[in-house]
Amino acid sequence: MSDAAVAQELLASLGEFGGHISGDDVAHLEVHGNEVVGAHLVPGLEVDVDSLDDGISAHIHLDRGARLAKPVHLCFGMLPETGLQRIVMDVEVEEGAAASVLAHCTFPNAVDITHRMDAEVRIAPGATYEYFERHLHGREGGVLVVPRTRVQLGEGARFKTEFELIKGQAGVIEFDYEVDSAADSLLDMVARIWGRGKDRIFIHETGRLNGENARAVLQTHIAVQDQALAEVYNTLTASAAGARGHVDCKEIVQGGAVAKAVPIVEVHHPRAHITHEAAIGSVDSKQLQTLMARGLGEERATDLIIDGLLA
Amino acid sequence: MGVLELRNVSLTLGGKPILNDLTVDFWEGHIHALIGPNGAGKSTLASTIMGLPGYTHHEGDILLDGESIKALTVDERARRGITLAWQEPARFEGLKVDRFIAAGAKDKSAAAVREALTRVGLDPDRYAKRAVDRTLSGGERKRIELASILAMRPRIVLMDEPDSGIDVEALNRIFDALSGFKERGATVIMITHSQEVLRHAEHAFLMCNGCVLDKGSIEKIDGYFADKCIPCDHENLPTDEEKTAVTA
Repeated sequence: MSDAAVAQELLASLGEFGGHISGDDVAHLEVHGNEVVGAHLVPGLEVDVDSLDDGISAHIHLDRGARLAKPVHLCFGMLPETGLQRIVMDVEVEEGAAASVLAHCTFPNAVDITHRMDAEVRIAPGATYEYFERHLHGREGGVLVVPRTRVQLGEGARFKTEFELIKGQAGVIEFDYEVDSAADSLLDMVARIWGRGKDRIFIHETGRLNGENARAVLQTHIAVQDQALAEVYNTLTASAAGARGHVDCKEIVQGGAVAKAVPIVEVHHPRAHITHEAAIGSVDSKQLQTLMARGLGEERATDLIIDGLLA
Repeated sequence: MGVLELRNVSLTLGGKPILNDLTVDFWEGHIHALIGPNGAGKSTLASTIMGLPGYTHHEGDILLDGESIKALTVDERARRGITLAWQEPARFEGLKVDRFIAAGAKDKSAAAVREALTRVGLDPDRYAKRAVDRTLSGGERKRIELASILAMRPRIVLMDEPDSGIDVEALNRIFDALSGFKERGATVIMITHSQEVLRHAEHAFLMCNGCVLDKGSIEKIDGYFADKCIPCDHENLPTDEEKTAVTA
């Protein structure tokens, strides 16, 4: 199969989420296994990719002051049922630059696939970097996803990241993000995952507010059903005056599923402030009854409530 | 014969009788008010009619168009046309207003959702894509709930304390919506202890300690309620003399 045909098939597997990749002003990169099968860059953005035995190594560089009008689209994936894909990513966003990245990770036929992401991200002072990663898995759940990311957030910089795995069966997820935040920076980290069958979901999110007036919100919304398991460890530390943060973990549990949340908040300065809330349980009975009183069956009402939580 | 009939309905919760041998008929296409002091059993009656969990083990029967609905679940009753507007509407984190309204709507189109929002005085451009969560005030959520009920086009609407926790503008919109239900031939049963809400009904039932003490015109029940129920002059069940035989 040609690179173009593989890229086409990868993008086709995104279904409703793949329609926005068109036009010369949209940067994109498609990686199947350890091969780049499609790419297009725009001014201000540099991407160097090296092929590894089991994946790729990519250096993404955003020039000083470059502000990309449209999101960069990355598509990682594998069409076979088995294999390993390792993505080593080094991202450098220079001072005053701004970009959004939409990364789709698609494994439509997975039976035994491992997808590892090791990312180092440096966001310079005054820069903005948004990274939205959406996973699309098949019905078998045969994927081990290990996203490990370390972020250095400069003074006055902004980093927003969302990880979403709602379609298909999650498989095993070992999510591990750590962010060090300088003064006046803003961190917004969201994970939304729906676990089914025998899925195993482990979330480790850490934010360290090291600079004055650094702010952060860590949000984790998870629904687990059947025999799925979710464990969430959110850690937020504030070490400087005016640092403020909030940790929010909500998990809906159904059937024989199990959910656990361990929020750790640490404050090392009298003028810093962190709050947290965690709610774990079944679908709220009043929400359920309200929708059922509009004529929705229990299953449909539950799905709608979970859809909302994970939206 | 009413569209909705309660026949000798009694319900005990936590060992305490809450509804006591209630027999009531609600007429099709009319706006009814159930008025009474706190603890009279009004909200329990609404929950029982809706068939909410914990309220289905009652004695007696509830008939819709002459057929028992006692064995039906909440959603089955809703699909027969009965619905409930809660005193304190639920919050749905992340669920958008348009999806919430469309969920139970007869017509799920965007135009129908916009129309429902407009009818309760909310600008669809401002509200359709907001979440039904804590960012909305109690009054806004009440109006959105009402919009969802308007879109559902039910036959019987149970409204628990429609004036609770809302401002005058929102209350006026709720009264407008009442007119909308009436125009469509729906039967409305409002639960209230507000004389202002009572005045928007056509018939009223006075409830006390799980019994219907009296029924009739708004003026009659309003007068009795103002004279005898504020404050309530007895703590136990009304005597047989106080009970009025309720007939259609």
